[in-house]
Amino acid sequence: MSQLELTLKGAAHVYERAHINTDEIIPARYLNVHEEAELARHAMEDIDKDFIERVRPGDFVFAGDNFGCGSSREHAVWALRGAGIKAVIARSYARIFFRNAINNGFLAIECPEAVDAVQNGDDIELDLANGLMRNLTRGSEARFVPLSDFARELIEDGGLLPHIQKKAAQTS
Amino acid sequence: MGMNITEKILAAHSGRDRVVPNEIINAKLDLIVCHDVTTPPAVQMLRKLGINKVFDQSKILVTPDHFVPNKDIKSAELAKQLRQWREEQGIERYYEIGNHGICHAIAPEQGHVLPGMTIVCGDSHTTTMGALGTFASGVGSTDLAAALATGELWFKVPETMLFELSGDLPFGVYSKDIILYIISKIGVDGARYKAMEYKGSALKSLSMEARFTITNMAIEAGGKSGIMPVDDISEEYVKARTNEPYTCYYSDEDAVYSETFKIDVDQLEPIVALPSLPSNGRFIGEIERVKMDQVYIGSCTNGRIEDLRIAARILNGNKVAAGTRAIVVPATTEIWKMAMKEGLLEIFADAGCVVSTATCGACLGGFMGVLGSDETCLSTTNRNFVGRMGDPRSKVYLASPATAAATAITGTITDPRDFLKN
Ligand code: SF4
Repeated sequence: MSQLELTLKGAAHVYERAHINTDEIIPARYLNVHEEAELARHAMEDIDKDFIERVRPGDFVFAGDNFGCGSSREHAVWALRGAGIKAVIARSYARIFFRNAINNGFLAIECPEAVDAVQNGDDIELDLANGLMRNLTRGSEARFVPLSDFARELIEDGGLLPHIQKKAAQTS
Repeated sequence: MGMNITEKILAAHSGRDRVVPNEIINAKLDLIVCHDVTTPPAVQMLRKLGINKVFDQSKILVTPDHFVPNKDIKSAELAKQLRQWREEQGIERYYEIGNHGICHAIAPEQGHVLPGMTIVCGDSHTTTMGALGTFASGVGSTDLAAALATGELWFKVPETMLFELSGDLPFGVYSKDIILYIISKIGVDGARYKAMEYKGSALKSLSMEARFTITNMAIEAGGKSGIMPVDDISEEYVKARTNEPYTCYYSDEDAVYSETFKIDVDQLEPIVALPSLPSNGRFIGEIERVKMDQVYIGSCTNGRIEDLRIAARILNGNKVAAGTRAIVVPATTEIWKMAMKEGLLEIFADAGCVVSTATCGACLGGFMGVLGSDETCLSTTNRNFVGRMGDPRSKVYLASPATAAATAITGTITDPRDFLKN
């Protein structure tokens, strides 16, 4: 059944710009490895050298439109997850990044309103059961775009591969 | 209501009469292409799950391309894992060093891409292969693992944008200029989640090579795929490479598109995309003649024989400017050999260019031409994001091979028509 924690709390790391691409999330020069901890050491380093120093397990990345555009490297999701990031909250996502996120059971949430209201370091509470994001520092709330049924099912199953296995077990 | 090519291919591969945009379907895959960066993690995932056999080894193609010949120990390990896995799986379509190429170039070149196919690869430029009337889309390693295990994958049926290209390309203007123009108009997310379909009279004057450059860069507009209808030029290309049967799909007259763009290619001029977004395209007459430390001609976008021919035509009898380095990277071994036989390698060498074996190399800042801080590079590749070809402070400009060759000679951004005249 569901492996999802329904309430998540952490600090916001805000990159307001649109089109933060996978070369910025994890530069291609590090793609000769795929261990999450190793990738995490270089997460976001070309746009924010101190990211990995500041980030704490459970934190969130906030971003503008088309987050994760560029290459298909799933390493972008792994680097963020390896760094302890629990979810990305963006105005919108590039297709392959979004697909990679849900295939990994990683939360990629679309919520332009929350991105409008957030500042670096704000304490955030993500209430998945109610589709609500609370900015505890500012006392504001935003409702996020609900995941499609299919994406939710994938995330609840823990990603695409466990999902496929579950389906295979059900039919055999 | 009719269907377009993409919808027809996806319907046929998911056992349906019709599909509509935004539906989630499970499509059977005809070809899965594997390279050295995204495949080893996929293989590791399958091993963890105890899945030891791919669904059908005859539908898989493997070629190491990103960091080969291996640039360091870690990348050697990746290529080794890829090699061992393909041996253990008995995958015959394997292109080892000396016979290898950048995956999106070698797959069609060696006759593995047939019209009507569904193709995935753990690489965003998989869209390239859509120029042969296929649905080809890039995926990550988890998707790749699922595809290798089951031979199918979930897709959201994309909406399709139609690009009608009319006219003839003017002298000195190439298909790279067309796609850079389109991306400059719609932006790097202008086709987000969508298929980009091309039609129109201008296609008639574009070779398969030129067409691949256009579909290659669908992802630079955020597209899920790029696709062109099959015609005499594509049929001839395919038939020269394989006898396998295939099915051609064509868009119905009343097919539905989310948007239609009409572009008269007669009006185009050489375009350069300024740092650091592929959508920063400007006509060459409108930009400063910035000095270039490096010129890079290659990649899955523009490392094909036609690209090398035009670059050689411009470089022939000229020298690369002092203070500028020029690197030429044929996209496949076959192209390298053709260039050798045609005397192009000699022209490049005499002009003072370095010619590499096929590799992704510096296109992704891997090796073979990585940029230092504040260095500038005019490149025929597809992305100029921050840090893409090296140091985050380096600056990458994107253009056609002709513009790149002319720029190599002068050392500053140069209109290729200045050199093509004489
Ligand atoms: S040549 Fe560049 S864009 Fe093409 S597959 Fe290789 S790294 Fe990617």
